[in-house]
Amino acid sequence: HEKTYSYPLDIKLKFENKRVTVAFGERDGVCIGHVLLAVNGQPLSYDKLPDGRNVFDFLEERENFPVNLKFGRAKITTNEKIVLASMFYPLYALAVQLSPDQGSSGILELVTDTFKLNSSQTLTGVKFIVVADLKQSGIDQLLEKIYELYADYALKNPFYSLEMPIRADLFEQNLQVAIDQIEKTGFI
Amino acid sequence: MTIHNLYIFDRHGNLLFYHEWVRRKHTSMSKEEEAKLLYGMIFSLKSFVNRLSPTVSKEGFLSYKTSAYRLNFFETVSKLKLILNTDTETSQSEIRELLSGIYRDIYVEYAVKSPMVVPGEVITSNLFRTKLVQYVQSSHIYKAN
Repeated sequence: HEKTYSYPLDIKLKFENKRVTVAFGERDGVCIGHVLLAVNGQPLSYDKLPDGRNVFDFLEERENFPVNLKFGRAKITTNEKIVLASMFYPLYALAVQLSPDQGSSGILELVTDTFKLNSSQTLTGVKFIVVADLKQSGIDQLLEKIYELYADYALKNPFYSLEMPIRADLFEQNLQVAIDQIEKTGFI
Repeated sequence: MTIHNLYIFDRHGNLLFYHEWVRRKHTSMSKEEEAKLLYGMIFSLKSFVNRLSPTVSKEGFLSYKTSAYRLNFFETVSKLKLILNTDTETSQSEIRELLSGIYRDIYVEYAVKSPMVVPGEVITSNLFRTKLVQYVQSSHIYKAN
């Protein structure tokens, strides 16, 4: 969401979690929680412009306006993905503990208003987690297919060491084929 | 639909109310500890979902399902949280309507409007409990067993 703004800026920004986020002043598609991605076409690095100036000071000066600001949802970093995946493990286990009925498994499906998350656990405790659109069907078959691909292209790969990130081309290629098929037809 | 139990938390995480219908497995901890654990789990789930969502979401986390039960979550604008555990088959939109009905017709009428109910403390009113049980059991999705 890119727009040109004039002085004074009616969107209230704050510096949180090493990012400049919108705190107040939601309008024209820019929502609270969106991050300031670029100023006048120049991408931001934390709270500094490429020339080193602090963006909050920059936006205080009248002569810098009108200014073109780009807002959007923050991109998820690899580190963040690892953190989120690790967060899922205890939540999965807590679901078993807090169960009101006997013999419950962990979280198999998680529904929100924007996406759906499905997970499947193997006998050895390896978990496959798929984040998909609410209307996407056939995810259970996809999870089984991914387990198959993991067994074939990761575990049987002589260059792959257990517990490490998977860097096998064949795995990624076949995974992409499976995902394309599921998205197009809804089943495998 | 088999309803297992219902928890009501306020915006600070205090357990205001708990009722169980059919519960075959209990945790080995006290009611307060279990409530704290559940609240902590819900808090983490909400933040997890918020971070993972592809677009800015309005309602966030709605429910999760395991092999044995489904946990349904309903949060009001005033951050009151209703957590209902049911079986895995019932339609989610109907459960959502039930939860919003519980908030609108039972909580607002018999807890908020009651001069005896202190905000932040457990609801001890018997009227609240009986009206709630009546409301849930007369719902067309409730199955008695």
